Amino acid sequence: MSTVTAPTGRTPDPAAGGRRRNLLPGAGPARAAAGFALGAALLFAVAPLALSDFRLSLLAKYLCLAMVAIGIGIAWGRGGMLTLGQGVFFGLGGYAMAMHLKLADAGPGELPDFMQLYGQLDELPWWWRPFASPWFALPATVLLPMAVAFGLGSLVFRRKVRGAYFAILSQALAMAMVILLVGQQGTTGGTNGLTDIQGFFGYALTDPVNQRMVYFVIAGTLLALLLLARQLIQSRYGELLVAVRDGEERVRFLGYDPASVKLVAYVVAAGMAGLAGALFVPAVGIISPAMIGIVPSIEFVIGVAVGGRATLLGPVLGAVAVAWAKTALSERFPGGWTYLQGLMFVLVVAFLPGGLAALVGLGRQRGDDPDRRRWWRRRRRQVPAGVGTTVPVEGAGTPEATDGAGLAGARTGVTA
Amino acid sequence: MTGERLDGLRIRDLRVTFDGFTAVDGVDLDVAPGDIRFLIGPNGAGKTTLVDAVTGLVRATGSVRFGDTELLGRDVHRIARLGVGRTFQTAAVFEELSVLQNLDIAAGAGRSWWSLARRRRRIPDEVAEALTTIGLADRPDQLAGTLAHGQKQWLEIGMLLVQNARLLLLDEPVAGMSHDERDATGALLETVSRDRTVVVIEHDMDFLRRFARTVTVLHAGRVLSEGSVAQVQADPRVQEVYLGVDSGTEA
Amino acid sequence: MTVLFGQLFTGVSIGAVLLLIALGLALTFGQMNVINMAHGEFIMAGAYTTYVLQQTITGAGWSLLVALPVAFVVAGTMGVLLEVLLIRRLYARPLDTLLVTWGVSLILQQLARDVFGSPNVQTRAPDLLTGNIALPGGLTVATNRLFILTLAVAAVVALTLALRLTPLGRRIRAVVQNRDLAAVSGIATARVDRTTFFIGSGLAGLAGVALTLLGPIGPTMGTNLIIDAFLVVVVGGIGQLKGSVIVAFALGVLQATGEYLTTLSVAKVLVFVAIVAFLQWRPQGLFTLRTRSLA
Repeated sequence: MSTVTAPTGRTPDPAAGGRRRNLLPGAGPARAAAGFALGAALLFAVAPLALSDFRLSLLAKYLCLAMVAIGIGIAWGRGGMLTLGQGVFFGLGGYAMAMHLKLADAGPGELPDFMQLYGQLDELPWWWRPFASPWFALPATVLLPMAVAFGLGSLVFRRKVRGAYFAILSQALAMAMVILLVGQQGTTGGTNGLTDIQGFFGYALTDPVNQRMVYFVIAGTLLALLLLARQLIQSRYGELLVAVRDGEERVRFLGYDPASVKLVAYVVAAGMAGLAGALFVPAVGIISPAMIGIVPSIEFVIGVAVGGRATLLGPVLGAVAVAWAKTALSERFPGGWTYLQGLMFVLVVAFLPGGLAALVGLGRQRGDDPDRRRWWRRRRRQVPAGVGTTVPVEGAGTPEATDGAGLAGARTGVTA
Repeated sequence: MTGERLDGLRIRDLRVTFDGFTAVDGVDLDVAPGDIRFLIGPNGAGKTTLVDAVTGLVRATGSVRFGDTELLGRDVHRIARLGVGRTFQTAAVFEELSVLQNLDIAAGAGRSWWSLARRRRRIPDEVAEALTTIGLADRPDQLAGTLAHGQKQWLEIGMLLVQNARLLLLDEPVAGMSHDERDATGALLETVSRDRTVVVIEHDMDFLRRFARTVTVLHAGRVLSEGSVAQVQADPRVQEVYLGVDSGTEA
Repeated sequence: MTVLFGQLFTGVSIGAVLLLIALGLALTFGQMNVINMAHGEFIMAGAYTTYVLQQTITGAGWSLLVALPVAFVVAGTMGVLLEVLLIRRLYARPLDTLLVTWGVSLILQQLARDVFGSPNVQTRAPDLLTGNIALPGGLTVATNRLFILTLAVAAVVALTLALRLTPLGRRIRAVVQNRDLAAVSGIATARVDRTTFFIGSGLAGLAGVALTLLGPIGPTMGTNLIIDAFLVVVVGGIGQLKGSVIVAFALGVLQATGEYLTTLSVAKVLVFVAIVAFLQWRPQGLFTLRTRSLA
């Protein structure tokens, strides 16, 4: 009968999905607990029973990649920082751990095998020495990457280097790191990396029982990181992070410093990658530049994109699935795998930005990237300049009536 | 709602230059505490740039004092924390967050990291109040992106209220609104100005006549005329600048 | 002294190659705000074009001469295809574009592997471009590097003149400075975008031809170059070519001198640190168009 125009008195538009609750990050505690228990059961009971030692060690490797993916999900999916250099942090954690294990393998006072092989060194370089102590090396696997991320992040975020600029810079960091490692062959193992790691804090890694132990450590760590990520996403900080992603300047005008908000997410993501790298070493027995450079760094991202970047579980499942597909396909069809990987980037990112999570209905999260649901949009977004802002509602009152209601609300609200 | 003191805005010799082009050219402007000042002027007059300079978005020379505090030279978020809030020509709400989340973030600039690291257990009082004020109390969980245009602009004003802004700088707050929405917005401005100072950039002359207490006309980066609505309308220089354009439509 | 001079000149010629690559990126990034990771594969396409032409045209000199325009067109056409098929549809999503074009780059690399084989291939340089030219004071410059420098300078001059003097150039500059305003002023922005992409990608093809004079050709030859070239654009600033020109040569010389004074790997890290430090000073790059915007 008439057009309702005041801000009140309108029935909710069901199509707008206004009251829809997102399933994953916003899931109720009971549901989350159930999901967590299911995940724990799968990882701790089903997988060890169902999989051979070989497959279990592969899974351990995938779960490490999944840890990196959780961090990328936070930094990129939630924070909008496309970090193409997570390999750097993964590598820092991995090398820190591997250096300690190599020194432990060599025994006190001895040089690691590869240093003897290249034969240029009589004694351990100074920067290797602290890693002999587990009390230094273990915290370093996480703190070192976090420190590097903090340094880089506080420099670039404060100067509003973001978007594609930040992505390129993070990628350049990965390139510089790899070239540095390869160049210092005598002390870093060069292209080969640190290989042939035998023991893990006194346990021989050749023993399948100890390999299982490593798997359990990894699985437990992954679950812990998931809990941490969930807390982060659901906290007020998590909401703020999404706000910064979608409107950095707007957040600034609300009195926040977006640089600090982004820095926290970036540093957390770096720490997760570092931890993943550290655990990757005992699981695989090697860390090398080939695992942390430009290509592996961007490969971390594809898993996250496939799974669903802004969700909690999407990156984990996506990372595991992509890593599994890579193992399954790349040996038999190396070329075919590269095509598939390329296609995945193109198809998923362009046409299914929400990832598989959007397909199976886990998506439609509150806090999704605004680009996400605009698949295959041709033009940039335009804010409609005041057209179509009035919605006809059946049976609404006269304009005066709704108007009055709006004003009454306004007045009482302000004067109360 | 704030219980804090009412401050005015005092601008002296404000200049903003973009690569040789002077957008704001020596503006002096005083807005009394509790005033509703309308800034008008043709496109390119420097209205938005002036607001940008006050809020720290663009670099400027001169002096901008809010109360006793000099604003120029401070970072955007520092100025915001001093109680200066603004809206933008295009409603700038966080579309992927709910109405409640939008307001909660706006209310939270002073929160500690510890409180940020936890979940919101209940709706803060000032947020609940603002939800009622802006007429969105029945839909706190609706995604802001799905709100109607007018509602978004109201949400933005609500965000300024919970932000505890004592100086509100509104850039075309009623653009695209229907008449009833404009009336409601105007009434809201009047209530809000009891304990806040309000500056409005607006092209809508009808809206201006009804709700402006004082008006400043900017032209080519300078103040052309200033005074009450009647005084400004009677000013021949203003008529010259606005020749033929004086009502209801966007200039 | 002679070693240092040689190193400096090497740096200048590295800068010239970077410049050829970065010019195209500066055009496309500046105009469409998209990062095209497949730009590196256009370099590769240019290099393989030279290789193929040398298989058919036996004279190394002639094949190189023919390769220049052909590589430009081949790479340019690939660029236009990419723009029309994918990038055009992702304009408001720069980060997604980056990932999508990375996927395209993977596919193109594998395609090259399947067609030309994984091992690197080599072209023969024409005799004219294999020697050195002696300068007074016992200094020498390698003719192939001199040729590359000349090519880059010619490209910059031609591009600058085209942007300044031709109607197309004016349209491109208009779109770079204000896309929406250009569109409402009656400029067919879509067509301008395609042309820009053709020219930008074509320049990458030229860089590929130049690179055949410096080393072997392989499917992944573009990957590292593209990152350096993007750094040039980031540091040089968007919307003006002179930033890219200055920074490309600066980066090339910095890299070469750093290598001379320390090692290649340390030089890379130093360059990275220098770039981050530079961005503290000028986060928008060396030259930038200042405008009033929220972004």
